Amino acid sequence: MRSTLPASSVSSNGALIQIDHLTKVYQLGEVDVHALRGVSVNVLKGEFVAIMGASGSGKSTFMNILGCLDKPTKGSYILEGIDVGKLSRDELAMIRNKKIGFVFQGFNLLSRTSALENVELPLFYGPTSNKARKEKATVALERVGLGDRTHHYPNQLSGGQQQRVAIARSLVNDPSIILADEPTGNLDSRTSVEVMGIFQELNNNGITIILVTHEPDIAQFAKRHIVFRDGKIRSDKINSNPKTASEVIKQLPMIDDEEEAA
Amino acid sequence: MKILNIVLSAFRALQRNKMRSFLTMLGIIIGVSAVIAMLAIGQGAEYSVKQQIAALGTNVLMVYPGAQQQAGVRSGAGSATTLTEDDALAISRECSAVQYISPGAFAGGQVIAGNLNWSTSVQGVGSDYLEIRQWPIEYGDFFTDQDIKAATKVCILGKTVADNLFPDASPVDQTIRIRSVPFKVAGVLTKKGQNAMGQDQDDVILAPYTTVIRRLSHWPNLRFVLVSATSLKDITAAQTQISELLRMRHKIQPYDADDFTIRNQTDLAATATATTQVLTILLASIASVSLLVGGIGIMNIMLVSVTERTREIGIRMSIGARARDILTQFLIEALVLSLLGGITGIIFGVVGSRVISSIAKWPTIITAFSIILSFGFSIAIGIFFGFYPARKAAMLNPIDALRYE
Repeated sequence: MRSTLPASSVSSNGALIQIDHLTKVYQLGEVDVHALRGVSVNVLKGEFVAIMGASGSGKSTFMNILGCLDKPTKGSYILEGIDVGKLSRDELAMIRNKKIGFVFQGFNLLSRTSALENVELPLFYGPTSNKARKEKATVALERVGLGDRTHHYPNQLSGGQQQRVAIARSLVNDPSIILADEPTGNLDSRTSVEVMGIFQELNNNGITIILVTHEPDIAQFAKRHIVFRDGKIRSDKINSNPKTASEVIKQLPMIDDEEEAA
Repeated sequence: MKILNIVLSAFRALQRNKMRSFLTMLGIIIGVSAVIAMLAIGQGAEYSVKQQIAALGTNVLMVYPGAQQQAGVRSGAGSATTLTEDDALAISRECSAVQYISPGAFAGGQVIAGNLNWSTSVQGVGSDYLEIRQWPIEYGDFFTDQDIKAATKVCILGKTVADNLFPDASPVDQTIRIRSVPFKVAGVLTKKGQNAMGQDQDDVILAPYTTVIRRLSHWPNLRFVLVSATSLKDITAAQTQISELLRMRHKIQPYDADDFTIRNQTDLAATATATTQVLTILLASIASVSLLVGGIGIMNIMLVSVTERTREIGIRMSIGARARDILTQFLIEALVLSLLGGITGIIFGVVGSRVISSIAKWPTIITAFSIILSFGFSIAIGIFFGFYPARKAAMLNPIDALRYE
């Protein structure tokens, strides 16, 4: 049923993502909106990148293209050696399924569907057997510390727990990258740090993470900062001294009912 | 995504809105059960008409004098005089495919027995008449060939006539007066009931045809000849033989039309069946309108569902669902709705037909065809009315769908 993807060959310079002179133009009625005006960037395997910028800077468009939800107008995007710009709608869906894990600001879990089933969802669109699907989903939930909440529904979980379910869902298919779009936007500061802790832990285990945020505090947990402005990259710097979430959390005041709040 | 998983998740999606799903299905349930019940009633009517016609005897031929009516104009004056007693005897002598034959005469009139009277028709028939009609005598005797030769004034009463003229006593050996001619009652026929046209077949008096011709009708020729073929498959042969014989006897030139008409019960059966089939089709068409309305109900609710679940569609697309996965998901939901409705409708339709049968004493027949038809119809409706909403869902842009509030 599914056509096989072109053999992935990481390019000679070892980059997981190669983006070259990417532009994106939206047509809003008569007006052309230039969301991206020539962006070139490489991301290596195992990086933890924070993408920052004000709203309208083009970072969301950039994320949509990175996530294969949108196609660039010009320029090339090569993910693990595959030129994404040349793929069909169905092939893009397959890339999203196999190579990309999404974490959204609003969690985007299916309501009235248990945590386990939410995590299983990406595997439904692949060849995984029913048994293997359940096992993989359970493992992913254990990885984010929710092994005991598998049969809870999203409305029975706190915001932090819901976001952890979403992270487990993004992990379950062993993606090449996890794309997190404002993952802490709906969370209080303590839970935000906890979630960042999970990302750091996953990153330490070799998973590439790209995070969009407008909060400098959150960006401090990433190893590289890319700042967007007016559709271009304004700065691209290595964060030589990233904060460690597990240490930050010790300094935060304890809030008793935080975990129980829905 | 495997079909079984899609079906399971479709069931769960429908469970989440139990009331809504039930009301949507109700449209299909009513439509399908109406179609089943209407087909059952129509086919029941068809069956009972066929039964009644078969009861007349399907290997029976009626020979009438006079040409077949064409565009309402009978050809030739005096054409009704063309069937004679000799013709009848010749048929019985020469046609090998003919088993029994009964010449027929006819008279109507007032019948008096004691102080009671009754208006009925008197059929003059031969001694084989009851064999042809397969109509036994209830009590008494039928008249003999001797009675026919001698034109004896004997008669046999139909059940209705007997009940009206002799409500208390046995009519056998009593004397009745038909148009002031006295007849001795020899026997009474068993009850036969109504014929396919709704006429009471028991409202009749049978007498030797010779007697009827001489004493009552004073018309020398036969009104009809009733013939039975040796078997059902010989009916065409018998018809041909009689036709050839009569044409020869009547000296009809090859280019001239017959001066007689041969009719068989199969023609009658075909006409009656065609009538009831029209009735069946009419009933089923009216019922299928409600099935159509049910289908539109499904489309409506699926469109609402797609709008409500735009975000879910966006999520599914972002984690790798292809357009066709989303299409299949919503199509199967529509199909599950229409199939569940269809199956429930079939059950209700079957039960409903039984109830109609037992309350209204109306025969109903449920055929495999009507069940397969309604089942197929509900599948078709699910696919047809589910496709547009499902396509609408599949064509959504994942980014817009994810942002949908």
